[in-house]
Amino acid sequence: MKDALGIRIQNLFKSFPKRDVIQGLNLNIEPGSFVSIVGPSGCGKSTLLRLIAGLESPTQGELQLSPQPPSSFSFVFQEPNLLAWRTVYENVALPFELSGALKLISEEDKHTRIMNSLKKVKLEEAVSLFPHELSGGMKMRVSLARALVSSPQLLLMDEPFAALDENTRFEMQNQLHQLWQEERMTILFVTHSLFESTYLAQRILMLKGEGAKLALDHKVDLPFERTEELRTSESLNRIVRLLSERLRE
Amino acid sequence: MKRYLPSFFSFLLLTVFMELLVRQGAVGESLFPAPSSVFKTLGELHGEFRQAFFETLLNVLAGLGLSVVFGSLIAFIFSLSDLLKKSILPFAIFFQTVPIIAIAPLLVIYFGFGSPTVIASSFIVSIFPIIANTLMGLESASASQKDLFRLYQASRFQTLVKLRFPQAYSHIYAGIKVSAGLSIIGAIAGEFVGGGGLGAMIDSARTQQRVDIVFGVLLLLSLMGLTFVATLALINKVILSRRPFASLPQE
Ligand SMILES: Nc1ncnc2c1ncn2[C@@H]1O[C@H](COP(=O)(O)OP(=O)(O)OP(=O)(O)O)[C@@H](O)[C@H]1O
Ligand SMILES: [Mg+2]
Repeated sequence: MKDALGIRIQNLFKSFPKRDVIQGLNLNIEPGSFVSIVGPSGCGKSTLLRLIAGLESPTQGELQLSPQPPSSFSFVFQEPNLLAWRTVYENVALPFELSGALKLISEEDKHTRIMNSLKKVKLEEAVSLFPHELSGGMKMRVSLARALVSSPQLLLMDEPFAALDENTRFEMQNQLHQLWQEERMTILFVTHSLFESTYLAQRILMLKGEGAKLALDHKVDLPFERTEELRTSESLNRIVRLLSERLRE
Repeated sequence: MKRYLPSFFSFLLLTVFMELLVRQGAVGESLFPAPSSVFKTLGELHGEFRQAFFETLLNVLAGLGLSVVFGSLIAFIFSLSDLLKKSILPFAIFFQTVPIIAIAPLLVIYFGFGSPTVIASSFIVSIFPIIANTLMGLESASASQKDLFRLYQASRFQTLVKLRFPQAYSHIYAGIKVSAGLSIIGAIAGEFVGGGGLGAMIDSARTQQRVDIVFGVLLLLSLMGLTFVATLALINKVILSRRPFASLPQE
């Protein structure tokens, strides 16, 4: 495993023509940590993620990934964002075709890595299916496999499981956590669900109000292993209650 | 095949109905020929009809073929630049409304009598829907799909080939379907002024008051149109069965 990526954000501003979304954000993300971001709709969570990914550029301030490039990160969108005319296998292979850095890998290696990441999301049986033949959960898993195929040191996820039914969502959460335990890449996970944020993360950030102020930075003190009992445990609920109060304040 | 049965029956019914109408003397034979006499004429003059049919068909295929090649090429090139695109899209849409019959006489002056004029006329009417549809199709990729390609630092060309073009498939298909119909209209307009093919046959039948010939030609023209539509639908089906480009339900 390569070194995970850390993120250093200093005095970050981001303005759109009609709104100053982020005003003076300071933040340090430890390499290898699992951090979730919560906050009311429209507070700037996606914007923050897109800034980190380089899809938007900051109006002002500093945003550093360390170690410096060539660093690899992947982005998982709320929609699976699959190409309808490509099979599962071909969708996962897409990063190899596009990214200059990944093109140099030998064909054999590419194949191994594609199959490996499909195995990680338990989709090795579905390689030759097209997206319209998959369930919502399977689509999301393909999307995750595509993100993993480049062995990212940082995984940026924007409400990836929001559209899934509860069973599938729980399953995906467990798979994701398992994956993180094995690979220890840094994960930034945006979600609307306070339960989800608590169940998954080591640290919860709450952005809130004008300028996306950091309203809460909470270290989650739960056992490292995520088990089904934990979902309904008192210790988890206490944290969710705290978050919920802070959100309403 | 079953889907076409109702329309086949209504065609049959209409034919029988018209036949009866003419035989009863409700409609004059000089205005509307009895279907039986149209078929008789088709049989008697089948040599002429066949020659004219294939002449027109060849010109239509040439015009449509050129439209598909140049139309998509132009759309591809123009889609690479926002400025170029904005400068051509309004024209592509506007030109679809210009009646070809008004331009056709000009073409005779430029290209003389015969095939070149007919092909040009067919080409001119059928290229614009292809340009317009292809351009619109190339724009139809979603913002998050484009973001995905940006994240992997895909080049403009890669994005065009691997995202925008396949995403445009169903738009392009729709454009070609419209163009196929228009290319026949364009060719006939061209033949009215430039001579040759079924268009000229209508024109000379008009001077001889031979409505039966006119209707024979009309029958052949609709046959040509139907064949085009059916062929395109078949090609589309074969392509989609291999690669599900269209997100829309298949026709
Ligand atoms: N490209 C853009 N142009 C203009 N305004 C934008 C743009 N992107 C986001 N905004 C604005 O920035 C604000 C924050 O948007 P953002 O998508 O980051 O919120 P969010 O916290 O992710 O919300 P949600 O939970 O609903 O996804 C919103 O008011 C939105 O209207
Ligand atoms: Mg968002």
